[in-house]
Amino acid sequence: MRNVIAVYVENKYGVLTRVAGLIMRRGFNIDTLTVGETENPDYSRITITMQGDDYVRTQITRQLKKLHNVKEVKLLERGDSVERELLLVKVKNSAGTRSEIMTAADVYRGKIIDYSTDAIMIEVTGEPNKIQAFIDVLRPLGILEMCRTGVVALQRGSEALATTENFC
Amino acid sequence: MQNEKTKRLRGARILIETLLEQGVTDVFGYPGGTVLDIYDELYHARRRLRHVLTAHEQGAAHAADGYARATGKVGVVIATSGPGATNLVTGLATAMLDSVPLVAITGNVATSMIGRDSFQEVDITGVTLPITKHNFFVQDVCELADTIREAFAIARSGRPGPVLIDIPKDVQQALCVFRPAPPAAPRSLPQSKEAKLDRAAALIEKAERPYIYIGGGALGCGLGEAVLALAEKLDAVVGCSFMGLTAVPTDAPRFLGMQGMHGRYAASAAFREADLILGVGVRFSDRATEGLPALNDRATVIQMDTDIAELGKNVPVDCGLHGDLRVLFLLLANRCAAQSHPDWAARVQALRSREAALLASAESAGETALTPQAMFRVINALRDPQTVIATDVGQHQMWTAQFAAFRQPHTLVSSGGLGTMGYGLGAAIGACIGTGKQTLLITGDGSFGMNLTELATAVTERLPLVILVFDNRSLGMVRQMQQTAFGGRLAWTDLSARKTDFVRVAEAFGAKGTRAETPAQFKKAFAAALKEKTPVLIDCRLDPELQAFSPLSLEEV
Repeated sequence: MRNVIAVYVENKYGVLTRVAGLIMRRGFNIDTLTVGETENPDYSRITITMQGDDYVRTQITRQLKKLHNVKEVKLLERGDSVERELLLVKVKNSAGTRSEIMTAADVYRGKIIDYSTDAIMIEVTGEPNKIQAFIDVLRPLGILEMCRTGVVALQRGSEALATTENFC
Repeated sequence: MQNEKTKRLRGARILIETLLEQGVTDVFGYPGGTVLDIYDELYHARRRLRHVLTAHEQGAAHAADGYARATGKVGVVIATSGPGATNLVTGLATAMLDSVPLVAITGNVATSMIGRDSFQEVDITGVTLPITKHNFFVQDVCELADTIREAFAIARSGRPGPVLIDIPKDVQQALCVFRPAPPAAPRSLPQSKEAKLDRAAALIEKAERPYIYIGGGALGCGLGEAVLALAEKLDAVVGCSFMGLTAVPTDAPRFLGMQGMHGRYAASAAFREADLILGVGVRFSDRATEGLPALNDRATVIQMDTDIAELGKNVPVDCGLHGDLRVLFLLLANRCAAQSHPDWAARVQALRSREAALLASAESAGETALTPQAMFRVINALRDPQTVIATDVGQHQMWTAQFAAFRQPHTLVSSGGLGTMGYGLGAAIGACIGTGKQTLLITGDGSFGMNLTELATAVTERLPLVILVFDNRSLGMVRQMQQTAFGGRLAWTDLSARKTDFVRVAEAFGAKGTRAETPAQFKKAFAAALKEKTPVLIDCRLDPELQAFSPLSLEEV
């Protein structure tokens, strides 16, 4: 089962290592991990996606909560949250493939952000499976290199994982 | 004139003042280049704070650990950067696995030199990340006092554990205003909802063969009497993990002793036959439950722990309760009504009789030779029940768990989770200093050989330490596994080619040493040793073929 875990952490020395290290040494695997500052610069938010059954979900949530710099942990349920990922991908530009690349980018609501005679760079955002589908379309057209950000996710509605006044 | 309350102090002095503020009276350590400033302040503070120099930083870490286990206070250890810091690693991991409150202070190279592979530089916060409850790297002297206060609060609160503070040299030398502050009150823990307690009480009510399984958490929370009272009310029996030893007196009527791989027959068998297991501050570790069929097929399992992550971690539980273990247990006990289970009581009595018979038959081998059972009869008869027993790891440790009589909580100091050979002597030194009383170290020739250099510390501090080396010229625990599972091929566990004379080793360090080869010699030597005020070692010669199997596995074989 794929899990999306939101972790609210203090912006302290080594916090990313602590979170990643804990997941590693408990024998679990991370699929994606993103981290960035929150509305309060003293705190960051880490979004982790990983495979795991109920045991893994429970253990990882409880073990993460034990870390001193971790303030809140929440499993985000699919229907209840919004997920996005950003892809930058560079494909070969040639007369034979150009129109197909442009069409694909258009259908997937991608943006051409760099263009030269031998390469095209496209930016696409969306749910991870949309990103994957776009990559599959481009693959036979000659991907030169690509970079995915990993998933960021927020719960729908007015509820927040953590409000800064809880911790200040 | 500077105001007394807002004096600017150097970081090293702030460290000492904050340690005193936290109630620290003793620290263990070893000086070095990056802790020179701290050691100079320790010198000035020597009448307010006792520093015990060990022979090796690992010994200092184990001493701080033994001190903490025997007294319930936070143990403190100080080491220099690089090798000094890495020598703490085994001690920190030992404390982590057994939830012992420690604060380790390490020096490091100046912040301007960090990350350049400077002399004796090591990223000790990185190294100790998985084996500390938390660690700190202090970059600003003005954060030092609060960091130390926070470290003590973390080490003590909830499920205790070791915390490391790495302080670069320039931070020790920098000046900052120091404002004293009292130690923080213990933090309250989130607690399971009342409804869960009701559910647990309902499950208990249905029990016909109840078994209360206690661990280090129950010991740490002083729940021994409450556990026995609940056992009485429920007509239940009590067994423990290795870490739960001493929580209740060995001879308490409803107590069956330690269960598991090397545990007592009756405890392991009752655990196996129970239809309700109430785990109290215990993690159902593999050594304590190994070889037993899946729990939930035959028993309802309730687990209560300070650490919510322990609930269901090793075995699935039907009801998990978390929070302040003491509060939680008393709330649950109040919800339980009295029960009576004559069939279960009769069955347990039969198991106890079987255990006595198995023990008697296991011992018939040697009447004149020294045996662990014979030694523990002497130890149990002569030892003051307040005397702490520290052990190393191996057969002698399991014999201690099986045969030593404990009457007082925290009178066993031993490495359970990590199983650290070489732990015992340092830990015994720490326990002896912490309690201010004679301390008994039970060790083996293998374990003792690892860190016997701490004899120098025991002699320097003139500690009333009685060291019993269970000397079988072999790494007995591994040897017996090779005999059963590896065709008897003794791969480097036979130490008979070693010519170490432990009596003369003790004498070389300035301690006393004697040897015992028969029960009569042992009794005489032990009685004499208890009268000594300084370290004394008894080399107890045991047959290498003696095994530390549990009576349960004896029967199964």
